[in-house]
Amino acid sequence: MSQEIDVLVIGAGPAGLAAAAAAREAGCQSVMILERDDAPGGILQQCIHPGFGLHRFKEELTGPEYAQRFIDRVNELQIPIQCRTMVLDITPDRQVTAISPERGVQLFQAKAIVLAMGCRERTRGALMIPGTRPAGVYSAGTAQRLVNMEGFMPGKRVVILGSGDIGLIMARRMTFEGAKVLACVELMPFSSGLKRNVVQCLNDFDIPLLLSHTVTQIHGRERVEGVTVAAVDEKRRPIPGTEQYFECDTLLLSVGLIPENELSIKAKVPLSPVTSGPTVDDSMQTEVPGIFSCGNVLHVHDLVDYVSLESEVAGREAARFAAGSTPVPAAYTLVKDGFGVRGCVPQRIRDAGADEKVAISFRPADVYRNATWQIRAGENILLKRRAMILTPGESQRVELPREQFKGIPEVTVEVVMEEKK
Amino acid sequence: MNDVIIVGAGVVGCSIARSLSRYELDVLVLEGKEDVASGASKANSAIVHAGFDAEPGSNKAKYNVRGNAMFEETCRALHVPFIRNTSLVVAFSEEEMPHLQKLLERGEQNGVPGLRIIDQAELRTLEPNISKEAVGALLAPTGGICCPYDLTFRTAENAAANGVKFLFNKPVKTVSSENGVWTLVTESGETFQARAVVNASGVSSAFLNNQVSATKYNIQPRRGEYVMLDKSEKGCFRATMFQCPGPMGKGVLVSPTVDDTIIVGPTSEDIDSPDATETTAFGLDKMRRLSTRIWTEIPFRKAITTFSGIRAHETTKHDFVLGEAPDAPGFFNALGVESPGLTSAPAIGQDLADEVASKLDAKKKETVSDDVSIWPRMRELSTEELNELIAKDPHYGRVICRCETISEGEIRASIRCRVGARTIDGIKRRTRATMGRCQGGFCTPRLMEILADELGIPQEQVTKFGGESRMVLSRLFPEEK
Amino acid sequence: MICIGCPMGCELTVTKDANGEIVVEGATCGRGKTYGKQEATAPERTVTALVALEGKKRPLSVKTAKPIPKGKIFDALECLKTVRAKAPVKIGDVVLSDVCGTGVDFVATENL
Repeated sequence: MSQEIDVLVIGAGPAGLAAAAAAREAGCQSVMILERDDAPGGILQQCIHPGFGLHRFKEELTGPEYAQRFIDRVNELQIPIQCRTMVLDITPDRQVTAISPERGVQLFQAKAIVLAMGCRERTRGALMIPGTRPAGVYSAGTAQRLVNMEGFMPGKRVVILGSGDIGLIMARRMTFEGAKVLACVELMPFSSGLKRNVVQCLNDFDIPLLLSHTVTQIHGRERVEGVTVAAVDEKRRPIPGTEQYFECDTLLLSVGLIPENELSIKAKVPLSPVTSGPTVDDSMQTEVPGIFSCGNVLHVHDLVDYVSLESEVAGREAARFAAGSTPVPAAYTLVKDGFGVRGCVPQRIRDAGADEKVAISFRPADVYRNATWQIRAGENILLKRRAMILTPGESQRVELPREQFKGIPEVTVEVVMEEKK
Repeated sequence: MNDVIIVGAGVVGCSIARSLSRYELDVLVLEGKEDVASGASKANSAIVHAGFDAEPGSNKAKYNVRGNAMFEETCRALHVPFIRNTSLVVAFSEEEMPHLQKLLERGEQNGVPGLRIIDQAELRTLEPNISKEAVGALLAPTGGICCPYDLTFRTAENAAANGVKFLFNKPVKTVSSENGVWTLVTESGETFQARAVVNASGVSSAFLNNQVSATKYNIQPRRGEYVMLDKSEKGCFRATMFQCPGPMGKGVLVSPTVDDTIIVGPTSEDIDSPDATETTAFGLDKMRRLSTRIWTEIPFRKAITTFSGIRAHETTKHDFVLGEAPDAPGFFNALGVESPGLTSAPAIGQDLADEVASKLDAKKKETVSDDVSIWPRMRELSTEELNELIAKDPHYGRVICRCETISEGEIRASIRCRVGARTIDGIKRRTRATMGRCQGGFCTPRLMEILADELGIPQEQVTKFGGESRMVLSRLFPEEK
Repeated sequence: MICIGCPMGCELTVTKDANGEIVVEGATCGRGKTYGKQEATAPERTVTALVALEGKKRPLSVKTAKPIPKGKIFDALECLKTVRAKAPVKIGDVVLSDVCGTGVDFVATENL
């Protein structure tokens, strides 16, 4: 026997919470969230550092505080969150199989589904870093959970590979807890983290940031005993003779996030090779009718504030779909990545929708200074934005009236380069 | 005193133990490392070889072909997966084709059934992803794939179910005999005695043999590096794809695994230390290069892990050394067992056990247990079966490893069984938890918690694979006494 | 000093002129000048950390309710080591008041 739900949300992280609340606020009475962890909040639970909510709430919150605002809202709206529940399968016609210790196997038939499963971290294995396989090699997020939520110290002398924000934040966390962070090693010639984090997590504590360097070997039989670090050339290949050895007991990896779309694949949702998330229209609907996607499972975000915004669109539109009140679009405008632009979301814009504005976001493919980016339809420039700097670490987002896209089959988002760094 | 002590709990030692457990004998297995399958058995190609490679008349040839024929029955009894996916040895030029013919003849001499040479068209039909350079192949229908640690673990589990005792972290330092009693002393000075000793200690096997016999052997540790590709690549090749040996060496293989991932490797490099299990930039680079001969567009961005294994290559005979040492009565060797050791293990186990039993004049037991501590696997159960199971034990309703869909019930069972997991890697090899694409990113903290709970130890004492391989070094806020 | 206002990361040089006025050079925007002045004269940080939670395995996350002088970060962390919070705790509950004479409290940032 399957349970019927109008909007079923998979994941109670920031995306799922915002989507569920928005669905309820759009008038949907039957909303439910399934969450695999013991408590809602997703990865924000372990992000105890400040820096969340400046756009959304005009104040600076920590991860758990930001999450709590949405948990409170979901609770106020009396939306059930079923924790410790793992979704095993989703079919294209929106049957969901989930399992939990308390309820066993549950079957749901949803009118609309919001995929909000988040992302996972790229691993040592994916990078094929040579060396031994001792204990003490952790992805930064795993270490963050061990420290912040479980109260364990993975190690005392730490090297961090990758200067993404999680790696930078962990450099400071480990320092605060008494560890010595020897270096933060970055393959690229620039950090993919926020300047603020570079300054306040590394520079404040005199932790060197080694740009255009990488870890070339991991040493140690049982625990990590050290790592070899070398400079890399323009093609990111290690330069012989530049090796230096760091004696350490821990290597943390902050080398990228990958949307976790195992369930989307089971539901036959087509994915973008660029974002690794589903291809969606401006309602965050995937190419499988009634299945929506938002948050880091759709594309990796830099700011949770934008996750909330995007997820509210997904939740609202899922509610409309469930109610059968979604207008059928007569045409779409395709959104293409042009020069210097990676991973535009959404990939297509409907000519009809309840919301008057549509948001487009993307990541710059490289560092561009004094650059302009634009949305262009043939010869016609729909929007032009100047920026002192564009970096891959900082996504760009813009909202435009839907009207502007009417009758246009395709737009290209591109960087117009004046001077490359 | 034990009747028999087996030194080494790899697939060979465990196979001998299992076969010996059919006799009225007290059998003890001493393993130097912290778990079964801690040497070559944990890091190899996972191939059940057909047997066309070995020199006719050699032990390698004999046991390969016999072992191969035993695999269905062995794996069925042990509840471990085994697939006869066939092996293909690919030639990349017309000049290499005669070599395939030689392999075919050698295989037929060894008694390998069903060998035939296929042309380019048939090869392309069978394996559409094969490189355009490929011109033909030797097809061996009896070639197969299995899971080497699952096989070793279940073999050990069944041996234990029939009374064999296992002790870990007991590296044997000296072996000697007096008045028909063998005495083994470990590195920490512990002493064990038995009427017979079986030396299945892999890279240490020459070291032990040379203490008791005038027939000296030499083991050359030989390292092979591998990469595992994500199961998203499942279906790229159905068969195990070997390269025709040529002036560039044996090449590397590309093969599906029973767990749906793709294994690529091994390189082959003689090394000084049997502990040098690191992967190297040089080795990985070489493997990448060689593997593109088979699969031009091989997607290394889908790598989930790299590892290396050490083979125990015997340099005087270049063959398995099996049986009682001529000048050391009661000391039996399973020495120099490298590839095709995994394939040969069931047959070696049977023969050596019979030989030892006959020496000790042991009788067969009247009843034998076929228990291998099989536990339910969440991903294999129907909804009804799952609900019934979860009602009895809710741990089976909690998914711990997302990537491979492994429940807490399975993790706990892998610790509670006879030869139970004591480390994170022990859980990994028994259940596949952490072996998926996130490589333990999400489930490692949960595994530490469950392991500590089951073993009654603080989490900071949990290790990855014993010794000092502790997962975390301390607690931020030590609990007040 | 590197400006943290945006990804530009302007290199700021902060000096005093003859009149004792603080001069920020290198900033390409107004925000950068303000940041440079503040950072050079009285740098401040919000500190987030963990404290022990009585009777619980897991720690409790806390933050300084306002930024505190950068030089007092490690003193503040040291003070926290002696604190044992008690569940139930709510966001905003004071866990340690007037940290190191700053007049700023450490408050809980999660409900446990």
